[in-house]
Amino acid sequence: MSSPHDVVITGIGIVSSLGEGPDAHWQKLAQPGLQPVLEAARFAPYTVHPLPEIDWNLQIAKRGDQRQMETWQRLGTYAAGLALDDAGIKGNDELCTTMDMVVAAGGGERDEAVDAAILAASESRNDRDVLLNEKLTTELRPTLFLAQLSNLLAGNISIVHKVTGSSRTFMGEEGAGVAAVETAAARIRSGQSTHILVGGAFQTEHSDMLLGYELAGYLHRGPWKPVWQRQGAEGGGIVTGSGGAFLVLEQREHAVSRGRKIYAELGPVVSGRARRSRGELGAEIAALLSQAALPDGKLLALSGASGAHAATTAEKTALDANPAIATRGFSTLTGHMKEAQFPFAVALAALAVDRKAAYPVFDATAEKPFEGVPATVLATAIGYHQFEGMALVNAA
Amino acid sequence: MANLNDHMGRPIVAVTGIGVVTSLGVGKSDNWAALTSGKSGIHPITRFPIDQLNTRISGMVDFLPSSSKGASPLTYELAELAGLEAVTEAGLNSSDFGGPLFLASPPVELDWAERFSLYNSDKDKDDTAAERLLRVARSLKELDIFETTQFGSIADRLADRLGTRGLPITLSTACASGATAIQLGVEAIRRGECDRALSIGADGSATAEALIRFSLLSALSTHNDIPEKASKPFSRDRDGFVLAEGSGALVLESLEAALARGATILGVLGGCGEKADDFHRTRSKPDASPAIAAVRAALADAGLSEDEIDYVNAHGTSTPENDKMEHLALSTVFGERIGSMPVSSNKSMIGHTLSAAGAVEAAFSLMTMRESVIPPTINYDNPDPAIALDVVPNKKRDAQVRTVLSNSFGFGGQNTCLVMAREPV
Repeated sequence: MSSPHDVVITGIGIVSSLGEGPDAHWQKLAQPGLQPVLEAARFAPYTVHPLPEIDWNLQIAKRGDQRQMETWQRLGTYAAGLALDDAGIKGNDELCTTMDMVVAAGGGERDEAVDAAILAASESRNDRDVLLNEKLTTELRPTLFLAQLSNLLAGNISIVHKVTGSSRTFMGEEGAGVAAVETAAARIRSGQSTHILVGGAFQTEHSDMLLGYELAGYLHRGPWKPVWQRQGAEGGGIVTGSGGAFLVLEQREHAVSRGRKIYAELGPVVSGRARRSRGELGAEIAALLSQAALPDGKLLALSGASGAHAATTAEKTALDANPAIATRGFSTLTGHMKEAQFPFAVALAALAVDRKAAYPVFDATAEKPFEGVPATVLATAIGYHQFEGMALVNAA
Repeated sequence: MANLNDHMGRPIVAVTGIGVVTSLGVGKSDNWAALTSGKSGIHPITRFPIDQLNTRISGMVDFLPSSSKGASPLTYELAELAGLEAVTEAGLNSSDFGGPLFLASPPVELDWAERFSLYNSDKDKDDTAAERLLRVARSLKELDIFETTQFGSIADRLADRLGTRGLPITLSTACASGATAIQLGVEAIRRGECDRALSIGADGSATAEALIRFSLLSALSTHNDIPEKASKPFSRDRDGFVLAEGSGALVLESLEAALARGATILGVLGGCGEKADDFHRTRSKPDASPAIAAVRAALADAGLSEDEIDYVNAHGTSTPENDKMEHLALSTVFGERIGSMPVSSNKSMIGHTLSAAGAVEAAFSLMTMRESVIPPTINYDNPDPAIALDVVPNKKRDAQVRTVLSNSFGFGGQNTCLVMAREPV
């Protein structure tokens, strides 16, 4: 039963190694047996899913703006632009200046060359703090700081796309993406916002972005495998991917009144924080599934499982416990996109609902077919290290 | 029977606990004593060598066990101390708070100390720095270093320590972060998602690299000779902000829930307003229109007119640009009255606590109302003739203050304003 304050999805801006935009992703992902795009050499022994070729000019018109950002911010700003275009909001001053924004962000890229020079010099010096001052005061590009600041992805979206209602940046890996979508939906349901841009981006092709996982040994090494088949393989199970996902969430009444296409309705968004060291993760995932109030009958699930051994096993076990659920682990084809993982899951779920078709299995040995029209799709993001969330996406 | 809902029919949000740590000390009582006596916490940097640095002073918190342990451990400790003080004052169980956590904290990165130690622990291999760090990283047996690089880990630890409920939100809106954390708590209570929320802003990220980054953007004061004189908001010779650390925490509670359990009401969070700026990454729109819109949005949210604000706790960073823009915004909103309204900057004494500033200054705003004392703007010896404000110069002032506007403006076009009141209206 639809209501005027429902949250609906009217814009999808996604980028991954598979391409850009909802149509390109649908065309690829609907192909049975699609092979992932992999880069196995550049960061060996790690494999990553690299960015596709992108013409930044298409969404970031000014070269000056592009120069102020590194790839992570460009990617997010680009994906945000795709979503705004898709929702018919880009360039509409009235809609942009009243649009709220919640961005899920990590940090931007450091200058690897400067860092490497400092580290090399540290081998022969004991006054490393003085060394730091010497090098950083002379070698850092002043504006690089701004390209690293978490909230400057949102800042750049304001500058480039003129989204200026409000601007909030949530941090904290997958949980930031979950909280961003959850908060945005709550704002719309309560009447605080009529339209919100929400999403994130992750640029994995930088050694520090891999280091953020590998300090706990989370990355998969050796030959690539689908996300469900990395248990027992060398490394920690995660294969990362560069990508971004932004959604335009809108109050149904607002979307209808301006005659926009509605992809899907965003149903309950639930989140949690299992104390994993106490073994609570399995029970927490089960509790979230129960809170999400899954509909009767078979259900397609777009799982953001990262491949991290413990979290992925717990999620697979919880989803498999319900025989009605047919799971698609999209990290097999896109890699893990950290803060963007949950918005990406919701985007793929909305796309399936909109196209009235399920995705074929992404991994024939671990996933089962889904026949028929998916009227409701579950999207999950169980953090590789902490925080969990899921949402139901319903036919418009 | 008090009115429990505000002018828009939403639950009134009360403050029942306050916590604060700055370079002036730990806790409200030490901080308030120092702040009202016009004492500065700005001092020479001793945490790292100052060779090559143009700025050699700060408001770092140097007296905690974690002060020399890196940005993540110190930010955690600051957040924990302020959170505990607030929850304890509220009379709630400090290990079972039972509401959501909103944490404003700085973006995290692997500290240089760790980078150096990882890199130099394995010198033999002929590989790049990046490859070596990754190789050493994957053989680590402990999670300590890893957790300093996870953006959600400080909030996760706080959630364990304080028993907050659900997925904690860690946020950054640059120098407006602390105010945004409070705003998120207020909104969660108004939406009926919870009866209470804990909002904390904490920042222990004054590393050498952080200082150099701000310095390269020409944002910092270089008045090193007399550190306590360096931060001089609204003065003609102001030349940048002073990097500082600290934390502030508020227990927010629906007035109904607070009264029902007999809690002491320390103040009311009446309104929050925000407006993003699309002008520039570090500079505000010259006409101050986003800041003006944020102030007006906060007033409207609180249901108050311009005439009903008694005092402004300014963002007042002591940068040439901010103070000029803030004056323009305030004089536009408040008109001629701005010349006779007290407007002071806590940053003249504690420096700019960045992610914590909005929360620290909200804490001081609430105390200003409760104590009927307005902390001064110190170092106001050379008034900027272009900024005609009553900045409560150099000495505290006794005054009945019923309502406060607290401003927070940050890089990335972030503008967030809070309106607080002494009593539920």
